[in-house]
Amino acid sequence: ELCFQFGLELDEITSEKDIISKEQGGGKAEGASDIILYKIDVPANRYDLLCLEGLVRGLQVFKERIKAPRYKRIMPANGGVQRLIITEETAQVRPHAVAAVLRNITFSKDRYDSFIDLQEKLHQNICRKRALVAIGTHDLDTISGPFTYTARPPSEIRFKPLNQSKEYTASEIMDLYRTDSQLKHYLHIIENKPLYPVIYDSNGVVLSMPPIINGNHTKITLNTRNVFVECTATDITKAKIVLDILVTMFSEYCEKQFTHKCNFLCNMLEKVKPDLINKKIGISEKPSSLAKLLTRMCLKSHVTGSGNNIEIEIPPTRADIIHACDIIEDAAIAYGYNNIQMTIPKTYTIANQFPLNKLTELLRQDLAAAGFTEALTFALCSQEDIADKLGVDISSTKAVHIANPKTAEFQVARTSLLPGLLKTIAANRKMPLPLKLFEISDIVIKDSTKDVGARNQRNLCAIYYNKNPGFEVIHGLLDRVMQLLAVPPSKASGYLIRAAEDSAFFPGRCAEIFAKGQSIGKLGVFHPDVITKFELTMPCSALEINIEPFL
Amino acid sequence: MLGAHAVLLECSHLWAGEHQAEVSPVCSPQVIEAEQRSSKRWELTPEGKEIVQEGSHEARVFDSIPAEGLPQSELMKLPSGKVGFSKAMSNKWVRLDKNADGGPRVFRAVESVQDSVREKLQLVQQGEAESLEEKDRNELKKRKLLMEVIIKTYWIRKGSAFSTTVTKQETDLTPEMLASGSWRDLKFKAYNFEALGIMPESGHLHPLLKVRTQFRQIFLEMGFTEMPTNNFIESSFWNFDALFQPQQHPARDQHDTFFLQDPAEATDFPMDYLKRVKKIHSQGGYGSQGYKYDWKLEEARKNILRTHTTAVSARMLYRLAQQKFTPAKYFSIDRVFRNETLDATHLAEFHQIEGVVADYGLTLGDLMGTLREFFTKLGISQLRFKPAYNPYTEPSMEVFSYHRGLQKWVEVGNSGIFRPEMLLPMGLPEGVSVIAWGLSLERPTMIKYGINNIRELVGHKVNLQMVYDGPLCRLDS
Repeated sequence: ELCFQFGLELDEITSEKDIISKEQGGGKAEGASDIILYKIDVPANRYDLLCLEGLVRGLQVFKERIKAPRYKRIMPANGGVQRLIITEETAQVRPHAVAAVLRNITFSKDRYDSFIDLQEKLHQNICRKRALVAIGTHDLDTISGPFTYTARPPSEIRFKPLNQSKEYTASEIMDLYRTDSQLKHYLHIIENKPLYPVIYDSNGVVLSMPPIINGNHTKITLNTRNVFVECTATDITKAKIVLDILVTMFSEYCEKQFTHKCNFLCNMLEKVKPDLINKKIGISEKPSSLAKLLTRMCLKSHVTGSGNNIEIEIPPTRADIIHACDIIEDAAIAYGYNNIQMTIPKTYTIANQFPLNKLTELLRQDLAAAGFTEALTFALCSQEDIADKLGVDISSTKAVHIANPKTAEFQVARTSLLPGLLKTIAANRKMPLPLKLFEISDIVIKDSTKDVGARNQRNLCAIYYNKNPGFEVIHGLLDRVMQLLAVPPSKASGYLIRAAEDSAFFPGRCAEIFAKGQSIGKLGVFHPDVITKFELTMPCSALEINIEPFL
Repeated sequence: MLGAHAVLLECSHLWAGEHQAEVSPVCSPQVIEAEQRSSKRWELTPEGKEIVQEGSHEARVFDSIPAEGLPQSELMKLPSGKVGFSKAMSNKWVRLDKNADGGPRVFRAVESVQDSVREKLQLVQQGEAESLEEKDRNELKKRKLLMEVIIKTYWIRKGSAFSTTVTKQETDLTPEMLASGSWRDLKFKAYNFEALGIMPESGHLHPLLKVRTQFRQIFLEMGFTEMPTNNFIESSFWNFDALFQPQQHPARDQHDTFFLQDPAEATDFPMDYLKRVKKIHSQGGYGSQGYKYDWKLEEARKNILRTHTTAVSARMLYRLAQQKFTPAKYFSIDRVFRNETLDATHLAEFHQIEGVVADYGLTLGDLMGTLREFFTKLGISQLRFKPAYNPYTEPSMEVFSYHRGLQKWVEVGNSGIFRPEMLLPMGLPEGVSVIAWGLSLERPTMIKYGINNIRELVGHKVNLQMVYDGPLCRLDS
């Protein structure tokens, strides 16, 4: 319930034992922990809730059990600020880097695990699998600054990677991790670059080769007291967010809680008018109550001036707040969405149907009344469906091609409704004959006059499957559709059909349909090759027309 | 015979008709009522009857033996020889001299015999089987001379519609009967109302699209105008950038979105607007800090299969902003595409239902009130709202309703107020708020029609029988 109010989703209550037995079968779970695990989904923009430390802190403040922490930047006692020098060469691979130090931290096994876990979660989320940002953490007491972030040819980089026993060159490292189940996913980020990014200390010790691996030399342990955190990035904004999250979450374990040293961490001040908050939410709270609501969301607030402004301190953990509307949302969450009075807007409008959909709705009703059953087939299909199986070459279709289909079923957008209906019949061959199906839906064709280079076209398609081809049935349906559209059979101003050739249809059993002075489609008896390719055994006839000219 | 009551024997086929058969007129219960009874009786077998005529086998053996005896081999040739000899021996009526001249010879052992078997069978023949002892009856039954017969009888009485004149019953009214008026005097066969009728030949509408029609109806009742969503191909610009969705957002990944190879890029954009979009992403503005990253036109040009109909809402709101502002309510129900992993409830394409209201001063309470009215029309009255995150709405709320069947709160939709970073670059006036919500068409349809596998509903693997048998779609009942 608390999670619900706060906007979290309690996904599952489980234990390590349950998870292992579910994934690998009961036997393997023996000896695994029985400790209850709560799986919680957090909103995708709240990186500060990704670790237990932040989540608990957020909920405690929400329930007013503790005050929101105020994160501070401090100078080391001896005044020696660590520096990270970024050289020009990095511009070619990974131009940005930011760093911070967590001083006098005390790790325990749980804290250490959580620290590693948060880095991994950030890597997968905001860091976009290390493509945007990569995090490296080091034992500061094993190295000495200033540090240099530079880029070198792979052959010139040589160090002992984390948890390895000997030194490798950068190229060797890439080969080493090609089969690593985790690291192999990150190799492509720098693999084909002439220079690889690397961080050295003043003695030439390699801290890391981002975004792949840290050096073993600076490895942090449970005994580490001072942690040097570096984030290298292609996106400076994201690098700052990631660094802020990491240090604010774990400064809890520093001697002076919530203090650490870094190069930009700061609280931002925002001002929002209480009036605006009330108006946007639809409540009427006093400015002081609004300030209290916001404070519960870790946004330390107070009323200023004559009460017509609220000043809000935005902590570095809340990079998601970029506009007043984000603050207003937090006020609404603290107020409780379900406590807001529901109102009906007075907006007066006249409704209109989209004419093409209106026509479609009317035609659907009457096609069903004519004895045909409605099908609903996929807009995506394989090249084979719209080309080979209908006896045409894919290059002669105006099909739109998908660049990244996971299977052949999603290679193209359909250029005809026929394949879908034929497949529907194939999947329902056990049903009593005749099968009479129709569909009125969109096909997609390339059209260079459109801004995106393609457009939809609303087609009507019908199919008759029986022991006899039933051309007259399909022809009769065309006559009925034209009757419904008030188009008479006439050469001059009505509709007519004229013998035509089409590879999908049996020679001499196909006609082109003309209406409104243009060709609108075809009808005919399917070619036996088409019937066989769609795994059917009976003769079959069909009709497909574009209904847009009848608008 | 058809007096007060009559007995019909061996009439077991009388009621043979099954439920669908019309009952023969004579036997219809209104004419004659019949009651079945059964009784047992003893009868002679053909062999038993022969014994009554000719005497028992053993008596016949005894009679055929002269005083000087008969060689056993000849005795055995007699019709009753084999059976009669052994019985006569056990009755001690005859004796066998194995050492006689010319082989074993049979002699009478007594002067005369009493043929009790014949006498008992005679009693049975006279209908006095009950006077025999049970032991005797069983013995005779064992010898297959007697048998027990079960007789079914029907006791027949006049029925309520009894008549002594035999009339042929009519099956149905005919035009001739109507013309002549003969129907007044005719008897008609009874109908069997237990049977089902013949289904009318007809076409059927698809269940998902029947539900679509109802949702359309609801929006129209609420004064919402339908958006032109007949453009499956969309540029990343309208699908993402216009909605203030950053270019590195995971939804824009190859794993989630279908990108196009051909036509790969969109060519035409409203350039002034595009510049404002670029600025809000990369530098901020309109009171926003923006995302502060290097916004690239190449990324915005990439064509995709739209991942939501909100791309069309963006086009509509942009168009709305290009004229003097008037309040607007829009809706759409159409296909969207996701390059996702498929399972029993997820397909690569599904229908999204979307509602949008744009007006001055709309509040979060207005959004919730509009949702309440909308869901009430769907027959959903208990609603709850959960804070959520959407890149283009703030505040955002997920809509939950209490499901009585599942006895828990289930998510029924997603909603929010469009971010100023989306609306202001379009040129909408500052005070205008736009509230919006969306849900899938498939999910309520599957719940409504009790379908567990989405493939049975959408696509070519549809179960046509399910389409044929589907009821009307009445969402509020």
